[in-house]
Amino acid sequence: MANDSSKGQKRLVVENAYKIFGGDPGPAFELLKQGKSKDEIYKETGLTIGVQDANFSVYAGEVFVIMGLSGSGKSTLVRLLNRLIEPTSGKILVEDQDITQMDVKQLTEMRRKYMSMVFQSFALMPHLTVHENAAFGLEIMGIPLQKRKERAMSALEQVGLDHVAGSYPKSLSGGMQQRVGLARGLAVDPDIMLMDEAFSALDPLIRTEMQDELLKLQEGSDRTVIFISHDLDEAMRIGDRIAIMESGRIVQIGAPEEIMRNPADDYVKAFFRGVDPTNVYTAGDIATNTQVTFPLHKAGLRAVRQRLNEYDREYAYVLRKDRTYVGVVSLNKIQEALEDETINSQDITPAYLEGIAPVQQDATLQEVLPKLTEYECPVPIVDSNNKYKGTISRHLFLRTLSRETNFDDQYA
Amino acid sequence: MFDIFRYTIPLDDWIAYGVDWLVGNFRPQFQAIKMPIQWMLNGINDLLLWLPPEIVLVLFLIGGWKAAGWKVGIFSFISMGFIGMIGLWGETMTTLAMVISAVVVCVLIGVPLGILSSRSDRFASSLRPILDAMQTTPAFVYLVPVVMLFSIGTVAGVIATIIFSMPPIIRLTNLGIRQVHPELIEATYSFGATRSQVLWKVQIPLALTTIMAGLNQTIMLSLSMVVIASLIGAGGLGVPVFEGLNSLQVGLAGIGGLGIVLMAMVLDRITQALGQTKYDE
Repeated sequence: MANDSSKGQKRLVVENAYKIFGGDPGPAFELLKQGKSKDEIYKETGLTIGVQDANFSVYAGEVFVIMGLSGSGKSTLVRLLNRLIEPTSGKILVEDQDITQMDVKQLTEMRRKYMSMVFQSFALMPHLTVHENAAFGLEIMGIPLQKRKERAMSALEQVGLDHVAGSYPKSLSGGMQQRVGLARGLAVDPDIMLMDEAFSALDPLIRTEMQDELLKLQEGSDRTVIFISHDLDEAMRIGDRIAIMESGRIVQIGAPEEIMRNPADDYVKAFFRGVDPTNVYTAGDIATNTQVTFPLHKAGLRAVRQRLNEYDREYAYVLRKDRTYVGVVSLNKIQEALEDETINSQDITPAYLEGIAPVQQDATLQEVLPKLTEYECPVPIVDSNNKYKGTISRHLFLRTLSRETNFDDQYA
Repeated sequence: MFDIFRYTIPLDDWIAYGVDWLVGNFRPQFQAIKMPIQWMLNGINDLLLWLPPEIVLVLFLIGGWKAAGWKVGIFSFISMGFIGMIGLWGETMTTLAMVISAVVVCVLIGVPLGILSSRSDRFASSLRPILDAMQTTPAFVYLVPVVMLFSIGTVAGVIATIIFSMPPIIRLTNLGIRQVHPELIEATYSFGATRSQVLWKVQIPLALTTIMAGLNQTIMLSLSMVVIASLIGAGGLGVPVFEGLNSLQVGLAGIGGLGIVLMAMVLDRITQALGQTKYDE
């Protein structure tokens, strides 16, 4: 068993997978060797390159997004993984077994045992109720009626649809229909769930909701999800890793931030214009440690004031010895406290700004935004142990938003 | 002037020779084909005639009501009752037995052929001209060979009826299966379904509305053959029409015709409703 220590067990390995449509693929391979492009090959031979030399591995528990524009071959690629489309050449290993070598019986067995699929068009059976639809995969597997009813119902509960179990799909909204599709995919308890543009037919609000739902379902599960999308925002939100496809080739694979910071080429780069970076970066990603911090045990009003004046700053972030966050004091508040004769100048408590709560480092920038406008000081960021990680100022936030300029600077 | 059609192909002789050859060599085989149809026909006919008409009327009432609602139930009850009151009960039951027998054979042969057509374009396109011929060849043309191979009588009439009324169920089974959305088929395969699971769990159930429309057409066509079948000695509602025609008894032909029309309407309403499905609405 091949293992990658950092990511866990390999679920699916794709090696040199090709799909060439339209007759004998021989000439297309020749021309590919000569470095001809997809369009040139089509003009010369009438053969269409669906997928060209795909290589990647997907790990247990991972959400792997394959993204590209329409016609980039992503829907073909995902269908090679369960052989709904026959690969022209290459290896596709599921749990170390090469599915391209399987006969019909083995293939059927493999699909039942390891895989399920969720479709853009939902593909629910109109003649079956929601409950029967959710149980459909189990029925195909030959699970006895009572057992499959129970499992289907628990899948419907997971997606919050147990109350419409007796309805027919047609009477449900698009979002609800896709939840049924999701329940059908989950009910068979697959190792690998393929999702082909599963949320693309839904309106944006429902789509976001479904993405959250999927992430929630993935928590603590070692189910692998391979998700096809043309929407980069979606890919960034749900993907642990993203593979970007262009005319049949995978041009880059990596974690969302990795790809965003280091796009492999102009095609990849072009994707990111128009992407909302607040979905991509977490607070911890952009927080900087440029503000004045002050240890609590040394803190006195005058000492802090002196430090702030020294660095020409308005705010100081007070930390314990182990760098746990205590609070923020402002120059104005210190000034007021010092003018008040009744206050002991060794006690900085009166100088704390009120209502400032630190933000967790894994929060998205979306969640940071309201605090930025609410707080007068830069927003303090902490880790899960309440250790101070830095701050995000309004200036820093705006600079992140206009990161495209940074890219251009970087690659000019 | 040179006449290009001076020499003609003697196709008529060839056909006559072919049929003679079939009759001479294969008559026992054709008689054997006749047997199961004869058993079924006689069984149904005897049963319908043995049942008291009141029971049959109540069966129509309940059947129509269950399949298509109380309006159709009452309509069926009144129509069949009226047919009895004009003195054609026996003929009507015989015709019903003929229609049922013909339709059962049509379904048993037609649905599998329709399924095969839906799976193979080559099979579908080679079957098409045969279906066209079955539907358009005037029945009088094949009555002669049918009589030569199967002799005269009600069974021969049923066989002629089968030939004429089978095409719609084949065509519509084929169409219904082909109309099932490819994504549904793909989804079913993605869960590890076998070909026969795809057929029985998805294609047939979803094609059922269309297949039932084909069944309805097959029933209507088989009723339209009733009069023609009586030419070769078949019993039923065709007999009064045929006799009325021969002896210029307008009244007799009229009630025979009316009986056929009423029965067609009853069977049409009931079978049409069978094709409606609850998830369609």
